[in-house]
Amino acid sequence: MATTERLTSGGVGDAVLRKEDRKFVTGEGRYVDDLKLPGMLHAAFVRSSFGHAKINSIDASAALAMPGVHAVLTNATLPVETGVLSASNPGGDVRHPEQAILAKEFARYVGEPVAMVIADNRYLARDAADAVQVDYDPVPVVVDAEKALEPGAPLVHAEYDSNLVKTLAHVTDGFADALAKAPKKISLRVVNQRVTPMPMETRGCIGDWSNSTGEVTLYTSTQVAHFVRTFVSIVCGTSEAKVRVVTPDVGGGFGAKLNTYREEFAVCAASKVVGRPVKWIEDRTENAVATIHGRDQVQYYEAGVDENGKILALKFDAVQNNGAYNQLLTPSISHLTLFMVPGCYDIQDVSITIRQVFTNTTPTDASRGAGRPEATHGIERLMDAIADDLGIDAAEVRRRNFIKADQFPYTSATGLAYDSGEYHETLEVALELSEYAGFEARRAEAAKRGKYRGIGLSTYVEVCGLAPSAVTAALGIGAPGWEHSTVRLHPTGKATVITGTSPHGQGHATSWSQITQTELGIPFDDVEVIHGDTAFQPYGLGTYGSRSLAVGGIALYRSLGKVREKARELAAHLLECSIDDLEWTGTSWQVKGSPDRAKTIQELAYAGWASASLPEGIEPVLEATTFHDPPNFTFPFGTHVCEVEIDQATGHVEVVNYTAVDDCGNVITPMIVDGQVHGGIIQGLGQALFEETVYSEDGHMLTPTLVEYLVPSAADVPPMTLHRTTTPSTSNPMGVKGIGEAGTIAASSAIVNAAVDALSVIGVRHLEMPMQPSRIWNVMQEATS
Amino acid sequence: MGQTITVTVNGTAHTAEVEQRTLLVHFLREALNLTGTHIGCDTSTCGCCTVHLDGETVLSCSLLAVQADGHAVRTVEGLEQNGELHPIQKAFHENHGLQCGFCTPGMMMSALGVIEQHPDASDDEIREALEGNLCRGTGYQNLGAGVRSAAVEMARN
Repeated sequence: MATTERLTSGGVGDAVLRKEDRKFVTGEGRYVDDLKLPGMLHAAFVRSSFGHAKINSIDASAALAMPGVHAVLTNATLPVETGVLSASNPGGDVRHPEQAILAKEFARYVGEPVAMVIADNRYLARDAADAVQVDYDPVPVVVDAEKALEPGAPLVHAEYDSNLVKTLAHVTDGFADALAKAPKKISLRVVNQRVTPMPMETRGCIGDWSNSTGEVTLYTSTQVAHFVRTFVSIVCGTSEAKVRVVTPDVGGGFGAKLNTYREEFAVCAASKVVGRPVKWIEDRTENAVATIHGRDQVQYYEAGVDENGKILALKFDAVQNNGAYNQLLTPSISHLTLFMVPGCYDIQDVSITIRQVFTNTTPTDASRGAGRPEATHGIERLMDAIADDLGIDAAEVRRRNFIKADQFPYTSATGLAYDSGEYHETLEVALELSEYAGFEARRAEAAKRGKYRGIGLSTYVEVCGLAPSAVTAALGIGAPGWEHSTVRLHPTGKATVITGTSPHGQGHATSWSQITQTELGIPFDDVEVIHGDTAFQPYGLGTYGSRSLAVGGIALYRSLGKVREKARELAAHLLECSIDDLEWTGTSWQVKGSPDRAKTIQELAYAGWASASLPEGIEPVLEATTFHDPPNFTFPFGTHVCEVEIDQATGHVEVVNYTAVDDCGNVITPMIVDGQVHGGIIQGLGQALFEETVYSEDGHMLTPTLVEYLVPSAADVPPMTLHRTTTPSTSNPMGVKGIGEAGTIAASSAIVNAAVDALSVIGVRHLEMPMQPSRIWNVMQEATS
Repeated sequence: MGQTITVTVNGTAHTAEVEQRTLLVHFLREALNLTGTHIGCDTSTCGCCTVHLDGETVLSCSLLAVQADGHAVRTVEGLEQNGELHPIQKAFHENHGLQCGFCTPGMMMSALGVIEQHPDASDDEIREALEGNLCRGTGYQNLGAGVRSAAVEMARN
């Protein structure tokens, strides 16, 4: 077997190349749609074409008469025990209406599944789905969250007296006083528009139910295989021990697959009915309505500030559009917003109110960043508004408000304990790299070319490493936040690492191998990393919230330590010395000062397996398992600086320069970290410039395909300068933080701030996203007329 | 209604009966089990299904299998030769030009099309040419570097 090429040795921090890549560049990746099971049938869903409608009847006779159609299932005939489950109940009194697997009496958003067709192939299934006749009576629709709160608004769920899901609130004791005393008050309304996570692989799944044993295997494109297993057992009514969830290669997630969906339950139940495996692959138009959306939050800021721009009190009222139902974590997403409202600033007094609302739209949930981009975008717009109002430089107003390095660990006004930070440092480095000081010359030069040029900052902190289980419990999330790992050494000296994390592009096989090489001396190429099959793993929580390294990586680190210590006892026994006489060389245990008296980790792996002579009380085989529950979150941070040019004739916004200085603590795989930052920034750029999921007032989806919903392409991306500072986390022994979402969290506000700065010369003081040319052109017309 | 077609894929002739409405991408994936060509949208927008037809870059979701009758198709599975990665594959690997890998086959086929037909394409021309291939993970930075390095390597050979 060819060894993985690399630039350096393969340990932590080394510039290795990914070991995952070969199968992907040769077309041998195996995604759900690539799998074929014997006798497999195909499903298609009949979905509501109304935003809100009563379902009078469903006539499947024409579909059932088509040759090759095996079944048409509806709410009345699909064998499930309950509806979709949510794990999220912050405050304990969240409204959780039933979300039947197939709509029961009402359809409450366009795309809600109403019936399911099972046929010989996907073409036929789609034909038959078109032949199913559903008789609907449309009823009034509400899609806008603020309008849904108005008296007399149509009720999404008639069993409640309003569309309010839950109000999250947090007020510090000193807030009212502090706001009253503040000499200056600055207000800002910010809309964080609805977006779609849009992984390039849509969702898809195959249910394979054995009616003789009650065992079910579900192949699904997910970030959270174990959540899916637990919920399939409950929804489909079988023992969790009989459910196996297999996650093959996953073509991106971005939060879209941090969920458990109706279709996952439906293919299992349908397989039970037809006695054959049932596959469903979402198409892109279906994805626009059937997979969760993100964001959709309207924010009202009021900051009480002193003459120097220091924030003395901050009021934040927001309305969060939850969509028609709560998905796995929907009510918790804006809780993350609540946590991060103060951002990286030392704001002692806050008043935060977030009203979550039902509307006739696809449910929202985690989309890359999940609640934190909303907080960061808003506070970063506010900082610029304060700077603008008081005539202070945007960088200076941030300096005056930053939490200072000597304040860590820092308890925020929302109760989080920030682990470590050097906010001033990332800012100064970023200003230097971006040549911030010389900007005005570039603005003037651009003006001669018919361009408005602007520069914008985003200084961010985010919370990741989700999550300490005591905290998730306190937040009303009915699931823990720990992660597991198992390390198994084979008699040949090779290692198997089993992880509960569930990568979908993050390169865990590579990074986990590096950690194994550094901590246990097993070479990078001798490590195999297993994930994504509940049959082979202890319980795992999966990959989301930039948690994989800070939680799953630490679980691995601890298992490696346990194996190393067991190896030490074995070495002491074999070398006839005390364990205190031994020192670890990185690859072997040796008697201190005697290199000739040593046992390599491979020799000890063999000895542990062979068991010819084991010390008293030591079991055979070098293997260890850890369930690591993190004591705290981690708090990556940084400064991004963006420059844009806006065409004075067309309103086209072009990002012409982008500098990112990020601090995610210690780094395992530098190239992967850079890649995460790149991709994160471009996802934030997408929201800033192009992306918006739009409904008509009567609930129709106006952005159902990639033709209307614009995601950035290679032609849209700016040159980027990346840099890192390193402030190790104090929350874990590796000093790592997480980097999967930081770019997205930081980017949108840097870009919008740059655009506002560009148009400040014509008096523009705020812009909403997405900054498509039509919007900017209109703003420019108004400003200059 | 069925129709018998013969398509040469990666140098091997395949004869099969297909429904006339079968898309080329489904023929490749389902009849020939060449699952490296992916489907990412239904509007010819994402480029995941890009293959070469008689040397031209095409979207296999926008052609019927019957239209490929008598023609030669090259897919991602045809890039590696005798266990040796093609320069474009090597370049994507060495530059971390892929993350989840889903867009990668289509992206490589598009990039290869540009490099083969326009060996002197500038960076901007390459970026424009890849506009029809969407990637949600890499932010196109390392991916672009990969394409550039492949172009250099291929020009050398």
